[in-house]
Amino acid sequence: MSRKTTATRQAVVTVAAWTIGFLIFFPILWTIILSFKSEGDAIKAPLDVLTSTWSLESYHEVQERSNYLKHFWNSVVLSLGSTLLALLIAIPAAWSMAFVPGKRTKDLLMWMLSTKMMPAVGVLVPMYLMFRDFGLLDTRIGLVVVLTLINLPIVVWMLYTYFKEIPGEILEAARMDGANLRSEILYILTPMAVPGIASTLLLNVILAWNEAFWTLQLTTSNAAPLTQFIASYSSPEGLFYAKLSAASTMAIAPILILGWFSQKQLVRGLTFGAVK
Amino acid sequence: MGQITLSSITKSFGDVNVIPPLDLTINDGEFVVFVGPSGCGKSTLLRLIAGLEDISSGKIEIDGRNATDAAPAERGLAMVFQSYALYPHMSVRKNIAFPLKMAKMPQAEQDRKVENAARILNLSSYLDRRPGQLSGGQRQRVAIGRAIVREPAAFLFDEPLSNLDAALRVTMRQEISELHQSLKTTMIYVTHDQVEAMTMADKIVVLNAGRIEQVGSPLELYRSPRNLFVAGFIGSPKMNLITGAEADRHGCATLGVRPEHLEVTADGPWKGVIGLAEHLGSDTFLKVAVEGVGDLTVRVPGERGLHHGQTISLLPPPDKLYRFDANGMAL
Repeated sequence: MSRKTTATRQAVVTVAAWTIGFLIFFPILWTIILSFKSEGDAIKAPLDVLTSTWSLESYHEVQERSNYLKHFWNSVVLSLGSTLLALLIAIPAAWSMAFVPGKRTKDLLMWMLSTKMMPAVGVLVPMYLMFRDFGLLDTRIGLVVVLTLINLPIVVWMLYTYFKEIPGEILEAARMDGANLRSEILYILTPMAVPGIASTLLLNVILAWNEAFWTLQLTTSNAAPLTQFIASYSSPEGLFYAKLSAASTMAIAPILILGWFSQKQLVRGLTFGAVK
Repeated sequence: MGQITLSSITKSFGDVNVIPPLDLTINDGEFVVFVGPSGCGKSTLLRLIAGLEDISSGKIEIDGRNATDAAPAERGLAMVFQSYALYPHMSVRKNIAFPLKMAKMPQAEQDRKVENAARILNLSSYLDRRPGQLSGGQRQRVAIGRAIVREPAAFLFDEPLSNLDAALRVTMRQEISELHQSLKTTMIYVTHDQVEAMTMADKIVVLNAGRIEQVGSPLELYRSPRNLFVAGFIGSPKMNLITGAEADRHGCATLGVRPEHLEVTADGPWKGVIGLAEHLGSDTFLKVAVEGVGDLTVRVPGERGLHHGQTISLLPPPDKLYRFDANGMAL
């Protein structure tokens, strides 16, 4: 009897999981479908959406009207640049907090994380004025700094939990085995920390890639990433669902592909090192 | 060689004095077990010998050399940790070879030593696996392998079996004893389990609050415990400790009698009702409430059909009574 209930239970869980998965994926799927329709069919959706003709028309038009590659390249520079800069600052910070904790380490971490609880719009005006005065508006360097700063708390926190997981006894064992500080870092610590750093890097690239508030506020064209590219199709010329969908699909495709190939690392990253 | 001498060593963490001045000599080839309740300082003592903690004062000599300020690796000791502390990103082969690699030993010699250690420990077919793919007992053997290849002056074991299940613990206990017999190297073994201490040790060091309560062979400690602490700690089930009028009658503050020495007879002086009978098959442990004496544990052969609620009388063996004064010292 218990076997039967387990099977039923498993069936229910499977169906539920697929349903939830589909619901979450549906907006993306819908966007992709609409991007292959003509403007007229897209506006009539959901009527005949699957039977009407498929075309690449929207993609052609988006390509002609705006410079996808420029936005794409800006997105790459901003997300990679801010992530690398954040890692550069966060690795030593998290390292020292994990291995040489002080009395206030926990408070410090909490304080860092608490900065994420403040709504970004609260500092919009001062930030904008500073950017204007320093001549950083619509520059990549300015945005790299902002994206680094807004993601830094999460990066420090994630790396801290990963480094915390490296047991002290392993370092002691290495010391007993005759490893000096250099060998300890080279043969033991680095290989054990790399998976954690990789997951953090991936998650942060995705967060930075999708960041829309600051990228929309502080850029217009020169440093505009793909978020700006999508936004430019959202309103000015009325409702152009198909073109908006095509632009969105082109913007999310790179990160979707990256995510697909690094699922394992990502799941580890998202669970914050909770599962071993 | 592996003689270790500790001369009045102390250890304090801030204001807390963990080890008061302590002297101990461990002879070459001995299997010494540090045993005591948790928090008694036994692991700290081991870590002081290993060099993972610095002593606050005193002197540590290994084979006549002053090792007080030597780095862990320079002391020529190998340690097996409670958590095994294997390097998770390396194969078993690389784990075992790591100390040799650090010593810059030629590759061919490394290979030979690793193969040899793996053969002794039955790990030959697992050499290319990662620690994560091994069972608890196999991981423990890898940790021991990593210690063996260094051919250390002494092995230090920090509660190595406490993460294993009961059956495996017995097997590994025997394997470590056999290893000691074949290698004849000094071994220092920390445990809170008095059964491990009794079965493995040549010499037991009973620790309590950082102090050595008694040093001796397992049977010495069992037969003539120096004080109440050792009497209560060594032996399973624990010795019955009786205070009050019955102790006064024997001219002491506390009277001790081991459960296995109490005899169930028809007309013993101590009469009581069996409150609980634990049948282990070979033995039965009885909890007996004796009037004027208190609750006593009695160990009887399993075939005696005694059970809950029965009234029995007990005969304390006159030659196997332990007497302690008011300070808990044996009389």
